Amino acid sequence: MTLRKYLVILSVVIFSPVGDAFLARGMKQTGAIDVHHLLHVLAAVANPWIILGIASLIASMASYMTALSFADLTYVLPATAFGYVNMVLIAHFWLGEHIGIVRWAGVTLIAMGVGVVARGPSRTGETGAAISATATPGEGQ
Amino acid sequence: MKLIYTWASILITVGAAAAGDVFIALAMRRIGDLGELGRRQGFRAVTFRVLSSGAFLSGISFMAIAFFSNLIGLSWADLSLMGPATASLTFIVNALSAKYFLGENVDRRRWLATIFVCAGVLLVARQ
Repeated sequence: MTLRKYLVILSVVIFSPVGDAFLARGMKQTGAIDVHHLLHVLAAVANPWIILGIASLIASMASYMTALSFADLTYVLPATAFGYVNMVLIAHFWLGEHIGIVRWAGVTLIAMGVGVVARGPSRTGETGAAISATATPGEGQ
Repeated sequence: MKLIYTWASILITVGAAAAGDVFIALAMRRIGDLGELGRRQGFRAVTFRVLSSGAFLSGISFMAIAFFSNLIGLSWADLSLMGPATASLTFIVNALSAKYFLGENVDRRRWLATIFVCAGVLLVARQ
């Protein structure tokens, strides 16, 4: 793993929770969606916080895809889980949600999980078994 | 009733997100390191390569379902419940999917990391 690859994973860790927080802020302003009118969720897309959230999540998605191009899914997912630590911090300091000692214990466990996976290899195995049978002809390789 | 709707949206989000992750991981693995490819062929070629991948488009479709399901769930519940609950379940489903569909070697270290993260996320989700 090079510095560039670690920076790609760091981008996921930053943009993903920031995007989720923007979405949460926007949806709190929009109000609860009536279960009989689920399409009203589309109107929420005009909210500035939702627009910022979508932009952050697109940046996170681009970084995530780049990470998956050089590392396994089962490496990238735990490694980027540190984003949930950031999410708890944002939920506490920006959205004003209460974080108790149990949640801080959870944050510690997540950090330990990230530490465990980060010490192993980032890429294993061969290109998919079952799904590759349904691949688009001429795609990739 | 709101609790049932919340957990229904969580389950739909988890199923769609896991399917999306597997398809996108498959597409990226076939295309190769995007950074290297970008340096050799340029940004436009990389964009075309990604957008013309059937596996990528399938993955994005599932991600879109997960996104709107998550958005609806966020209107019913706090981010501090929705985020960790969907994530913890997605970790388990993804680890199993990566092993069986992507042929990844999910060894003891990765299971341990997955369990740590999953347990941590569950604790974070406690009300």
